[in-house]
Amino acid sequence: MDDFNVVGTSPSRIDGLDKITGAAKYVDDLDFGPGLLYAEIVESPYAHALIKEIDTSEAEKLPGVVKTVTAKDFPHTFGLYMKDRYIFARDRVRFVGEQVAAVIARDVGTAKRAAKLVKVTYEPLTAVLDLSEALKPDAALVHPDLENYEHCPWFFPRPKTNIAHWRKTRRGDVEKGFAEADVILEDTYTVPRYAHCAIEPHVIAGYYDAAGRLTLWASSQSPYTQRNIIAEALSPMGLSHKDIRVITPYVGGGFGGKAGVSMEIFGAVLAMAVKGHPLKIRWSRAQEFYNTSQRQGVIAHVKMGVKKDGTITALEHTLHWDAGAYAEYGANVVNAAGLSATGPYRIPNVKIDSVCVYTNLSPTGAYRGFGYSEFHFGLESHVTRIAKQIGMDPVEFRRKNAIAEGDTLAYGAKMNPGNMQEAINRCAKAIHWGRKETSEHPDRVIGKDISLFWKAPAMPPNASSAAFVKFNEDGSLNVMVSGMEIGQGYMTVMAQIASEVLTVPVDQIRVETPDTDRNAYEWQTVGSHVTWSCGNAVKNAALDARGKIITTVHRALGFPEESIYLENGQAKCRTQPDFALPLCDFVINGIQTKDGTFRGGPIIGSGIFMPEFTSATGDPETSQGGHPNVHYTVGAAGIILEVDRKTGKMEVLRTVLAVDVGQAINPVLVDGQIVGGLLQGLATVMYEDIRYDANGKLLNPNFTDYKIPTALDVPLETIPIILETPQPDGPFGARGVGEHTMIPAAPMIANAVEDALGIRIKTMPVIAEKIALANLGVDYDAVKGDTMGFCYAKKPEDYPFGIGD
Amino acid sequence: MKKHTITFRLNGEPCTLDVEANELLLDVLRDKVGVKSPKAGCERGDCGSCTILLEGKSVRSCLILAVEVDGQEITTVEGLSRNGLTPLQQAFLNHNSFQCGFCAPGMVLTVTELLEKNPHPSKEEIQEAIAGNLCRCTGYQPIIDAVLELTKK
Repeated sequence: MDDFNVVGTSPSRIDGLDKITGAAKYVDDLDFGPGLLYAEIVESPYAHALIKEIDTSEAEKLPGVVKTVTAKDFPHTFGLYMKDRYIFARDRVRFVGEQVAAVIARDVGTAKRAAKLVKVTYEPLTAVLDLSEALKPDAALVHPDLENYEHCPWFFPRPKTNIAHWRKTRRGDVEKGFAEADVILEDTYTVPRYAHCAIEPHVIAGYYDAAGRLTLWASSQSPYTQRNIIAEALSPMGLSHKDIRVITPYVGGGFGGKAGVSMEIFGAVLAMAVKGHPLKIRWSRAQEFYNTSQRQGVIAHVKMGVKKDGTITALEHTLHWDAGAYAEYGANVVNAAGLSATGPYRIPNVKIDSVCVYTNLSPTGAYRGFGYSEFHFGLESHVTRIAKQIGMDPVEFRRKNAIAEGDTLAYGAKMNPGNMQEAINRCAKAIHWGRKETSEHPDRVIGKDISLFWKAPAMPPNASSAAFVKFNEDGSLNVMVSGMEIGQGYMTVMAQIASEVLTVPVDQIRVETPDTDRNAYEWQTVGSHVTWSCGNAVKNAALDARGKIITTVHRALGFPEESIYLENGQAKCRTQPDFALPLCDFVINGIQTKDGTFRGGPIIGSGIFMPEFTSATGDPETSQGGHPNVHYTVGAAGIILEVDRKTGKMEVLRTVLAVDVGQAINPVLVDGQIVGGLLQGLATVMYEDIRYDANGKLLNPNFTDYKIPTALDVPLETIPIILETPQPDGPFGARGVGEHTMIPAAPMIANAVEDALGIRIKTMPVIAEKIALANLGVDYDAVKGDTMGFCYAKKPEDYPFGIGD
Repeated sequence: MKKHTITFRLNGEPCTLDVEANELLLDVLRDKVGVKSPKAGCERGDCGSCTILLEGKSVRSCLILAVEVDGQEITTVEGLSRNGLTPLQQAFLNHNSFQCGFCAPGMVLTVTELLEKNPHPSKEEIQEAIAGNLCRCTGYQPIIDAVLELTKK
């Protein structure tokens, strides 16, 4: 590992200068000239209703209005894994805020005024806002036409129900496992919905030119997938992939919220409605909350059996997910959790049911963690509880059962490398596990916890990456890829990988933001997989270019190919110690031979990567067979938490997170993922609290009422720890990290609160009010009033999980 | 609607233009003047990504009407770095202080104001000063660390 020159070092981000000088351009910063039009969306006030009539005549009379658009103009559906989402609501609205029509005008103010003049007549229907209601045999159906939707082969929707997908994983014999157990603990945990809250809202600009070419400028994590989804949706209109170009400049945060397609579809169709005029839509902060995608809520029942010696004998994990009105992306969250809800443990007998349920709330989709943050809350809470119940140290219990390389996973595949034991040990040491601490403040108590985490990228088995590299006259290099720099440092890491192979310094490499006409293919920047997947493609492209360099030197100068190598930006030869030809001397114009002619020409390289060992062919009833995940990244986190027993207010005195990234290409950037991700995770458990009213309207779609952390809310100390057990198929041994760092935060807080106060909170968020009330013996959920933190009205312990099989 | 002619100094240069009474300073700077570093993140003063310096004080340009700035001096991040990076910007660069970068212009200006008033802030003073500038990526730590290292005595 020590032979690397650039991999494993931490050069400054190559996008850093753009960002601190204001030079970085985001979609809304681009100029589209005086012909630019704006659109405003007419939204449903109902969670579930039939559309009886839409009258746009008054809106069209307003001076400055160019056009109105409804589902009549674009009656198509779209979606990533299941085409269940309507461009404009057709006949029926399914959530408050759903798009019913759009008004296009010459300025924003006119568009807004005109949208208010569109008259829509609705016939309200019974809305299913509660999971148990949605699963009743006679429930109102959110999608009466479910059987007609196209979907990927590993989804199993149940027509004439609200079940969009049901992932079953079965291993061994759970009944036998429970019979072998000395102690069985079962309980229910709930996790509400969350919002991504990237600081940049979604923005889309579209231009459909006179020749029928559609160009989109998107704030996006997924330029190619957006092109694909939009091309498929609009194929009835005669557009093909080559007619659509998606350009994605810098993006102001994604966290999964800008993956796939949400509001971007409006930019495409509305631009087509006003051919020859550029058009732009910037989502308001409120729309950002209710009409992009939220993280799904989940109600989880965990039943675990253990022997007195701490061996886990069986796990039954039932997860009912609130997918909201559309599950085109979110059903894959449910799928991912359904395969991996054992958590990072070796368990011989497993029964997982992960059920994706339509409700009449905002659509849901990808959010950093992709189902794993959600199920780890219940599972890791449960692990601490059951360890204590058998009188075993919860950390020792985790050491005993933690997954290791070669273990059989619940669906039959084998576990990849990853050093969980070291992660546990390092975290336990950092928080002085086993040493009880007391606060200097008489009202405060201190609790500790170690929670584990794992996560695999959730993606189609053939999701792939591609890369081009091309040299410039001075020997500098352009890397042309289509992953997104969403802040994680992707550009810098791709430059480091190319630099490692081609020996061009990182500051001589430009990685440009994507343009689907020019940059090579990338599926999406999601699932913490681009360093691994696109990194492999860039490495292959660089190797391809290096091969061409060697061939050029060989053809011009006759040195044997196997003796030629690159060092410090020069071609060298093992048999010719004095030979050192700078790349800038020949990577464009070739090498002159003795007769005055030249050999070579511009050096370009291409590379691809697709995981050829994965498949999604597992048995629908058991998930056995197939190899649905490329690899898991594992780790542990620890916390020292101070809690005020009177106010419930918490302060994180120290937190530590150790993650096995295989090989850190850039350790400072990995630290950034740990520190930033941990706070995002802590926010979901300590601050953020989404509220819907009884009619399904989101009550707090803004930063005043939905609290994300400020600089005052950071832990007193955060310790990032990087472990490196190489991933054999990763670029220089790297595997994914990014989402993982927020996963352990929620159970860690719940467990530390119990350690401090003896109070077990099983419903997220674990906010101060809830703790303070619980300390007084008052159930927060019983007194919080009419607003719902989650989409079920009943108390978790009363939730009926039995829905057959 | 009646137009109002306003004149202000933007990053040291005089700027005169006609605006309507209800136009927001953020929109005028971005769409009429072409200064793009102040960003629209929430349009209600919550997030701080539209921060500018008005007479040296950090303000939310989404909460200010353009007509209000007649006769005043505005600084944006474009103006700060005209003669090269400021030491603060260099410190942010060295610490990889930003990830997506969307909050960076506002954060740079807010800390610039802080350091004018208080060249050696404590960690708590830095946290207090930037508490109105939301960052969803970094966990704030690399931002705080950069300022601390720059200003340590």
